[in-house]
Amino acid sequence: MSVLASASPTFPVLPALILTPLFGALLVVLGPRRRPELLKLTAVLATVATGALSLWVLLAFDAGGEGFQFASRHAWIGELGISWLFGVDGISLFLIVLTGILFPIAILATDPGHDSRAYYAWMLVLEGGVMGVFASLDLVMFFLCFEIVLVPMYFLIGRWGHGNRTYAATKFFLYTMAGSALMLVGIVSLAFLHADATGGALTFDLVAIAEAQSIATETARWLFLAFALAFAVKVPIFPLHTWLPDAHTEAPTAGSVILAGVLLKLGTYGFLRFGLYLFPEATHHFAPVFLVLGVVGIVYGAVVATMQKDLKRLVAYSSVAHLGFIILGTFALNTEGIEGGLLQMVNHGISTGALFLLVGMIYERRRTRQIDELGGLQKSAPLLAGVFMVVMLSSIGLPGLNGFVGEFLVLVGTFNAHRWYAVVAAGGVVLAALYLLWAYQRVFHGPAEGDNADMPDLCLREGLVLAPLLALIVVLGVYPKPVIERMEPAVDALVEHIERHVDGFEEPTSRMGIDISPDGPLDGPADSEEGH
Amino acid sequence: MFAQAETVATPEVLWWALVPLLVLAGAAVLLLTVASLVRRLPEWLPAAWTIVAGLAVLVSVVPLWNEVQDDGARSFLAGAVGIDGSTLFVTALLAVAVVATALLSRAYLTREDLPGVELYVLLLLSAAGGVVMASANDLIVLFLGLELLSIAVYVMAALHLRRIQSQEAALKYFVLGAFASAFLLYGIALVYGATGATGLARIAGYLSTTILLEDGMLMAGFGLLLVGLGFKVAAVPFHAWAPDVYQGAPTPVVAWMAAGVKAAGFAALLRVFVLTFGSWSGEWQPAVWGLAILTVLGGSVVAVVQTDVKRMLAYSSIAHAGFLLVGVQAASDRGTAAVLTYLGVYTLLACGSFAVVTVVGGAGDDRHGIDAYRGLGARRPWLAGAFAVLLLGQAGVPFTAGFVAKFGVIAAATEGHSYALAGIAMVSAAVAAFVYLRILVALYMEDRHLEDDDEAGAVEVDPAPWGPRIVITVSVALVLVLGVVPGPLVDLAKDAVPVLVGG
Repeated sequence: MSVLASASPTFPVLPALILTPLFGALLVVLGPRRRPELLKLTAVLATVATGALSLWVLLAFDAGGEGFQFASRHAWIGELGISWLFGVDGISLFLIVLTGILFPIAILATDPGHDSRAYYAWMLVLEGGVMGVFASLDLVMFFLCFEIVLVPMYFLIGRWGHGNRTYAATKFFLYTMAGSALMLVGIVSLAFLHADATGGALTFDLVAIAEAQSIATETARWLFLAFALAFAVKVPIFPLHTWLPDAHTEAPTAGSVILAGVLLKLGTYGFLRFGLYLFPEATHHFAPVFLVLGVVGIVYGAVVATMQKDLKRLVAYSSVAHLGFIILGTFALNTEGIEGGLLQMVNHGISTGALFLLVGMIYERRRTRQIDELGGLQKSAPLLAGVFMVVMLSSIGLPGLNGFVGEFLVLVGTFNAHRWYAVVAAGGVVLAALYLLWAYQRVFHGPAEGDNADMPDLCLREGLVLAPLLALIVVLGVYPKPVIERMEPAVDALVEHIERHVDGFEEPTSRMGIDISPDGPLDGPADSEEGH
Repeated sequence: MFAQAETVATPEVLWWALVPLLVLAGAAVLLLTVASLVRRLPEWLPAAWTIVAGLAVLVSVVPLWNEVQDDGARSFLAGAVGIDGSTLFVTALLAVAVVATALLSRAYLTREDLPGVELYVLLLLSAAGGVVMASANDLIVLFLGLELLSIAVYVMAALHLRRIQSQEAALKYFVLGAFASAFLLYGIALVYGATGATGLARIAGYLSTTILLEDGMLMAGFGLLLVGLGFKVAAVPFHAWAPDVYQGAPTPVVAWMAAGVKAAGFAALLRVFVLTFGSWSGEWQPAVWGLAILTVLGGSVVAVVQTDVKRMLAYSSIAHAGFLLVGVQAASDRGTAAVLTYLGVYTLLACGSFAVVTVVGGAGDDRHGIDAYRGLGARRPWLAGAFAVLLLGQAGVPFTAGFVAKFGVIAAATEGHSYALAGIAMVSAAVAAFVYLRILVALYMEDRHLEDDDEAGAVEVDPAPWGPRIVITVSVALVLVLGVVPGPLVDLAKDAVPVLVGG
């Protein structure tokens, strides 16, 4: 699919973002079973085309524009007022681009080993579903895409995963499905109550419902909880996180990359779009709960990650901690916090995605992920060690790399809103340095013995796969302004929306302002020097 | 009704409205007669005959539907029989189920080396009973239809001569079914005692215009009717027969029980409770509410611990009945339309699923343990893929018809402010998902260790004959298409909301 040829303003680019991977999946299913390289080529082309479309969305996106762009609407079940309603704003824009970039990388990076046809088909279906979640502005459509994502991921973990894959896959599916069971009831109730209150026809249009704010306060709080449960499982927020370490560890490399990079963001994105926007009062009301859980997640994730013996499980628990930061920023309810959270969603996708890729590469070479059995890899694979270090430092939040910008904004936002939470969360940054540096030290430093001594270094394909992620890590760390600029109108509008609909709420503002956000390296945490 | 003198006026009969019923009953009687006269009937003939009859019913429904949509519902035979959208909708579903069952039965009977004609005759008669139930405008007619439907199914359950489980299933079904019929009949008597009528329209008129000083008898009547019909649709706690009967009965017959009998039972529940007792919905809704919760939870939770796929599907079919009851409980047009949509979707899911079970069951119809499905994904990718779609559909995964069905009843319950019921139903849907996942795990995720001892572990599945193949293909295709484009079915069901017309 040529992007240039179809670059007319009326081209329905968002439906195309969803349909291109699905069409690719269809091609893969119909493709020859005995020619996995051909299937892979098809899958790569489909994801690259989707990625190109998402970049086109990024370029064509009006940076200063408010509201939703590229909107399109087609009736689905007219009788119930459900329609295919799509649109992009600064909040979903970068998640769509992140999805567009991560999928081709995940597909290029690893081969499934068996049943290639089903593997690539499920990957492509997964991409279509994820794009659907980020682009949907109709509550039912959002729910459909939110749920359908489970099926491909379930099969990816269960069929191509490691040892305990069946258990992990089933746990993942049931946790998430049980979590979102009540959300459907919430969505339908919301639509009926909205229709009752406004006297209009039944509609599931997010913008119409959110702008009207027609639901009574008490009811809205219950509905918010129904939504929040689904998102909290998906994020996951402590104590609903127990599916995550299993799913991440047992998933195949590409599955872990997508799971951590994109799928977890469905929950945090859900909180922004369907929590804050739909139920501002309830979000404000319950914010302390989520702030506490966010902080607990940061500390708990970090502590548990420190204890891990399995490198992949360590990265998985580090996700729990990172997502705690995103939750903290989101529920700080000010521009810095939300922007930081959003940025952190993208950063976490890049850094943790890259970490999972690297762990997967080590596993392919050494057939183990036990930290004990690795050691001194730096000598045999200096390039791999170097890349790992950059990615790890970005995950820690070293200034100059992408992780810092997001965490800094989150901490600034939280500090302005709830000072002590920020203090505790900053401790989490130190802990992150502890467990990641310690893991790095054990895996890459020291004497290399046995198989560790002659482990091959990165090959060209692996280098090419990692290069874009590394570039993003550096670029977003040094010059995040273009990203923040595009996010800001949407985030400002969201904060204003909260101010407008919550009595007595005023944005906890900062005297620092967003404009002096770090363009260059500031003084980072002292202990980050130990990595060198 | 038997005119003995010319002066007695016979009630008006709308023959055109009876065409589906006449086709089914006529086909049954004709088949029975021909089979008893001709010594050696070609083996394919009874099945083909049944399929043609089913398709004829489907075709005949179309002009009747247009007629009813244009000129409204009618009642005739002195107000004892009615024809409206729901009648025709359910008739069409029954016809689809008849065709599917006949397609499965032919392959099944050949494989099991069983004599052929009776199954088809009974199937046609049972479907005729279902049509009578769906068009009943009088409690007595409803009872007649129910008995016709049930007695035929009792015999069908026993049709596998050499399987003791089949005989056992039939006996259980018969004894408990007879009990349920007694309950139903007593309920009819009490409602008659309370209202002085058996005609649905007259009962409805009486109930909406009269204030009863003593409503004990009516309440007892409601209760007994609910028990009787609850038994037919296998609602907890009247479900005990279902797992045993599903497990024991020949698999194509189970497809008919799950799809056909359930559709007829819910058509009756809608006519009697939502339509006739609608003005008293405040009185019976709590009972149906409790029944719905017990049924969704009971069906889902108990299904989890089963190891036999037929029993799993039996309990999941109970859970589906619970979802349908959620729609009945709403006692609204939206609820009724949702129930009809659900019935349409479930007919597809049930026929397709039991078609797969028929194929995998193998000669002897006893390979129903979950082990029989292990590694099927690797050995029979298309069959396993089809089953996966049907199971995901039953789980209510988006972009399958199963989601559309569940969405409808949840919307109806929410509109009626039954939030707790909707919530519990969705949570038990997540529980039930575990059951389907277990089968999916067996299909796809436990194949590797089997490669070591392929000879010992893997059960060889014979290639599917064309009958089941058609059923599986069509149902899978429709489940997917209706999942993406549900509009037509939803609109049909909306136009099929029943209306009562007095005689």
